[in-house]
Amino acid sequence: MRDKNLFEEEHITSNICGGFPKMRLLAKIEENCVACHSCEEACSNLYFKEENPLKAALRIIEANNDSDPHQIITCTQCGACIDVCPAQAITRAKNGVVRINKKMCVGCFICVSVCPENALFFHDDLQEPFKCVACGVCVKNCPTEALYIKKIPDEA
Amino acid sequence: MENESIKKLKEARTLLKEWNYELRPIEKGYCNRTLYINISNNVIESKDVTPEMKEKFIGGKGFGLYLLWKAVKNTTKWHDPENEIVIGTGPICGITQYPGAGKSLLVSISPLTDIVIDSNVGGYFGPFLKFAGWDALEIQGKAKNDIIIFIDGTSGSIKIEEAPLEAIDSHVLAEQLTEMYADDEYDKRNISVVSSGKAAEFVRMGMLNFSFYDPRRKVVRVKQAGRGGIGRVFRDKKIKAIVIKNKATKGNLNNPVNKALINKAGLRLHREIQQYDDKQNRMRQVGTANIIEIMDEYDLLPTHNFKFGGHPDAKKIYSNVFRDNYLTQGLPDGCWYGCSMACSKAADKFELKTGPYAGQKVTVDGPEYENAAGLGANLGCFDPQFILEANFYCDTYGIDIISFATSTAFAMECYENGILNSEITGGIELKFGNSAAVLEILHQMARGEGFGVVIGQGILRMKKLFIEKYGADPNFVNDIGMEQKGLEYSEYQSKESLAQQGGYGFTNKGPQHDEAWLIFMDQVNNQIPSFEDKAEALHYFPMFRTWFGLVGLCKLPWNDITPPSNKNYPPTEAAKVPEHVENYCWIYEGVTGEKLTPEKLILQSERVYNFQRIFNIRLGKGLREHDAVPYRAVGPVTEEEYKSREERYDKQMKELIGIDPTGKSIAEKVAIVRKYRLEQYEKLMDAVYERRGWNKNGVPTIEHLQKIGMDLPELIEIIKPLQ
Repeated sequence: MRDKNLFEEEHITSNICGGFPKMRLLAKIEENCVACHSCEEACSNLYFKEENPLKAALRIIEANNDSDPHQIITCTQCGACIDVCPAQAITRAKNGVVRINKKMCVGCFICVSVCPENALFFHDDLQEPFKCVACGVCVKNCPTEALYIKKIPDEA
Repeated sequence: MENESIKKLKEARTLLKEWNYELRPIEKGYCNRTLYINISNNVIESKDVTPEMKEKFIGGKGFGLYLLWKAVKNTTKWHDPENEIVIGTGPICGITQYPGAGKSLLVSISPLTDIVIDSNVGGYFGPFLKFAGWDALEIQGKAKNDIIIFIDGTSGSIKIEEAPLEAIDSHVLAEQLTEMYADDEYDKRNISVVSSGKAAEFVRMGMLNFSFYDPRRKVVRVKQAGRGGIGRVFRDKKIKAIVIKNKATKGNLNNPVNKALINKAGLRLHREIQQYDDKQNRMRQVGTANIIEIMDEYDLLPTHNFKFGGHPDAKKIYSNVFRDNYLTQGLPDGCWYGCSMACSKAADKFELKTGPYAGQKVTVDGPEYENAAGLGANLGCFDPQFILEANFYCDTYGIDIISFATSTAFAMECYENGILNSEITGGIELKFGNSAAVLEILHQMARGEGFGVVIGQGILRMKKLFIEKYGADPNFVNDIGMEQKGLEYSEYQSKESLAQQGGYGFTNKGPQHDEAWLIFMDQVNNQIPSFEDKAEALHYFPMFRTWFGLVGLCKLPWNDITPPSNKNYPPTEAAKVPEHVENYCWIYEGVTGEKLTPEKLILQSERVYNFQRIFNIRLGKGLREHDAVPYRAVGPVTEEEYKSREERYDKQMKELIGIDPTGKSIAEKVAIVRKYRLEQYEKLMDAVYERRGWNKNGVPTIEHLQKIGMDLPELIEIIKPLQ
């Protein structure tokens, strides 16, 4: 079951990170990643009820050689997508997480094209793009602690 | 709670007709039916779209021409009740993944040209018409009193109501109706209004506004179906507005066959724009105004009724002046969802200084390049404040800015040459640079009085009047009156580019640059030197560009951004932007399921293009004699013009014509250049006609129609006696 609170939080229409007392985002330690893809499976399973890495809101790009770490594509919640949305369907929630309102989205994918991290995803089966909401399901399923939820200011 | 003033407007309405229809999904980009509304007798019908219509006419302008052909007689004039306004959409219209996919295509018999005019426009109406279930909307007849037509795509109902109290001017009316029909603030984005303005009741250059709601600015914005006077037809039919309402827009309402192909093309172009637009044309920053300075620099900015190609004061209206002082930016400004090129600029809270709305703070849509070039350079009014004010009033009054500027420039030159005087103009000093006079002319048009109404009839009719009534020299006014087929020239200098003289001259609707813009290929880069090269370009580009209007696309994202792959092609191929042509083939196949090649794309256009040419012949134009252009578009009419480019013209005389200019008077040199250039134009016409499959008189041959699969009996009947 989807965590209802994740989708019904009050949205704040601003892309300015400053002024948010607390921010939450998915962070990564690429050196720890073993490219088992458990994170992608967990994510697509939670949001799309299928194990399909192409429907995950993060992506593991396997390294070509043993010396390089695997690459983990994640959303930094920078908000570059917010201003370009012609339908104003992308907003920043109180916890700093940038969300797409599927009802308002018209599926133009301009947001996908401007994402500096390439972390806004689309799939030809789906009308709307999708992105990481820092829910942490991937963190729970990562066996090597390559992913973690970072809270700003750091509460650790 | 409903606003009191809106309530009053509604209470004064009288319902003339209500008609319900079944809502059904779009299939592969087509609704497979068109909507017919007769406002003389309030008959509303659904017409089936036949397989032949789709095969031969594709959609958009093609459907419009097909329906209009059946509706009118050979003798129909613009104000006859059987004349129609047809708004077409096209199979690709309404997709949200590819930039520029929200165009409506209008056709009607024009009050300026007496032949078919076609005009394309952004705004949300076209996509909404399709989502409401219709590939095209045909309006025939004339209402007795002012009416509003409401198409409700949420419930499948159409209403025709008498509407006596609503405003006429677009900036007020579109706001009133958006407010009236939207369920709430959020729902405003699901409304689009077609309207005109007060001046369209009096001037032939009347224009239509197509609205969309801008949720960030919280204002109704308008895009213009400018050319050819369709707004005049609209108000003559006593239509105040057509309003459409829909449910929420989604990315798959066209029910495309292969969404993956559309996504692939869309993202490729989105990324290209994101990466290169700031370095290339800055469409997102300043829109089409980015070329004001380029035209000035290359001697192409029409100045003082196309006499000159630039002006020292032009820098006062360069694009950055608007960007830095007037435009509100930093937000996406597309006129349909998914347009990352986003060129619809606006100046907010612009305080008007003249006219009935003086003191109001309004949103001005623009300035487009044409507005700044026409109002600014061609009228010699290099004042950004004036340009925005005139831009606003042209829009809200329903006046085509291009025809307005070019016509007023003509009248100014006539005034400066003593053909007109202040007695004739009612005291208006109609001199280049007199911006107050221009604004007064504009307001007169909306009041239906004074010399403004004379200018509002357009150059063709002004020439006749000035010759007959004011004793003007026919040769002079015919040389300097920048119209052809009755339509005023758009704002580019074709004088130094033979190919562009043809690009304007051999058009179906009259001299508008949407068929061909070859100035850089020809004049600046010399990529098409021979007659054969020019003829090939004047075949390919008009056909290629016609296609946008068949499917519901905007031209701008085709070559106002170019991909890195373009450098792999020789210049004449690069001008076609092969990667983008591939995108178009992908999205067409993605929506309709039918494979498209670049060759088939040209064939689709060629069919409709030739149909429109024969439509012109049917209505009494469309032959070689009608493709002649005013000499101002070809070379220097006056000694003053010759002198302004004396060095260039002398050099050409020596090198191209083989005559030594030494010792010749300016008048002699003007005559030599004229003879040579007009011969060149005729030779170009021969070459282009041959390439297009037309005979020497500009008539499509029967063999050519057979070759392109357009040998329809009704077309053969028209052209057979002219073979």
